[in-house]
Amino acid sequence: MSLLDYFRSTKKNTASTAKERLQIIVAHERKRRNGPDYLPQLERDILEVIRKYVDIPADQIAVSLEQRGDQISVLELNVTFPDDKR
Amino acid sequence: MAKIIVVTSGKGGVGKTTSSAAIGTGLALAGHKTVIVDFDIGLRNLDLIMGCERRVVYDFVNVINGEANLKQTLIKDKRTDNLFILPASQTRDKDALTRDGVEKVLNELAKDFDFIICDSPAGIESGAMMALYFADEAVVVTNPEVSSVRDSDRILGMLSSKSRRAEQGLEGIKEHLLLTRYNPERVEKGEMLSVEDVKEILAIELVGVIPESQAVLNASNSGQPVILDKESDAGQAYLDTIKRLLGEQVPFRFLNVEKKGFMKRIFGG
Repeated sequence: MSLLDYFRSTKKNTASTAKERLQIIVAHERKRRNGPDYLPQLERDILEVIRKYVDIPADQIAVSLEQRGDQISVLELNVTFPDDKR
Repeated sequence: MAKIIVVTSGKGGVGKTTSSAAIGTGLALAGHKTVIVDFDIGLRNLDLIMGCERRVVYDFVNVINGEANLKQTLIKDKRTDNLFILPASQTRDKDALTRDGVEKVLNELAKDFDFIICDSPAGIESGAMMALYFADEAVVVTNPEVSSVRDSDRILGMLSSKSRRAEQGLEGIKEHLLLTRYNPERVEKGEMLSVEDVKEILAIELVGVIPESQAVLNASNSGQPVILDKESDAGQAYLDTIKRLLGEQVPFRFLNVEKKGFMKRIFGG
């Protein structure tokens, strides 16, 4: 990060930060609301398994269940590995 | 047929009771027979905001338990015709409101009134769930602030899944966004979420924007709904809100920073 970026980032207005954070958390919670009750536990279990091998923070994993049509649900798993562990 | 409107928010302190008092009074002023029901069992406050705290004899729970009838319990507002208040109980028993009991009381009120305004307690406990369960419409009171917006979204989830209309597969509750404590100066400086931001996140129809106003505290200090202070910005914003609730198209006011004119600077306003 350059010195210029440092000054810029402190000047970023807080309302737009608030909006971005809200959009992310609200989308996340809506998905969970519509998903089955076992999803959070499933997410924790998967996280535990991955943690046996790689040390990753809890927020670097996202599990979502998406309904595509009447017949298919897709379980999507998104894990971000830390840079040095790749 | 009475219309049941719940005033809810999830988060506390955003202006539910102030808004319930203003909306109830506004609807009564427009000629509709209206009752405001305080669902905040244990923390009754609507009576204080409406200025009738010394006239409470019986309460909501007394009616449910058959210890008093509605006629004995309803408090007739002294300033506004067509307006009644059903005070909450001060009991600490959180389960004093049963769904059957609430339904019975609402059905009885529905025979007499055009509008039943349910002033919800904060949170997502049984009292709040009971307040929204029978609603036809919901006014979701939100401050332009992260925790309030998030909690409003949670309440929207409850409205669409935990209400009578949802359970019986009827047409969903009509949801209205009421943005309160709005400060255009801070929005302009980029310090506060704008009306558009909140609308975009919650994605429901906007029914009113109430500016942050001295008039609100003055009104609650004196036990007079702020909508009766017709000179004030907040009072006028609530009057506009009532018109929109009743289906009228009214342009939004108080969204931008008002440039103070010479006269105003001298005489105030």
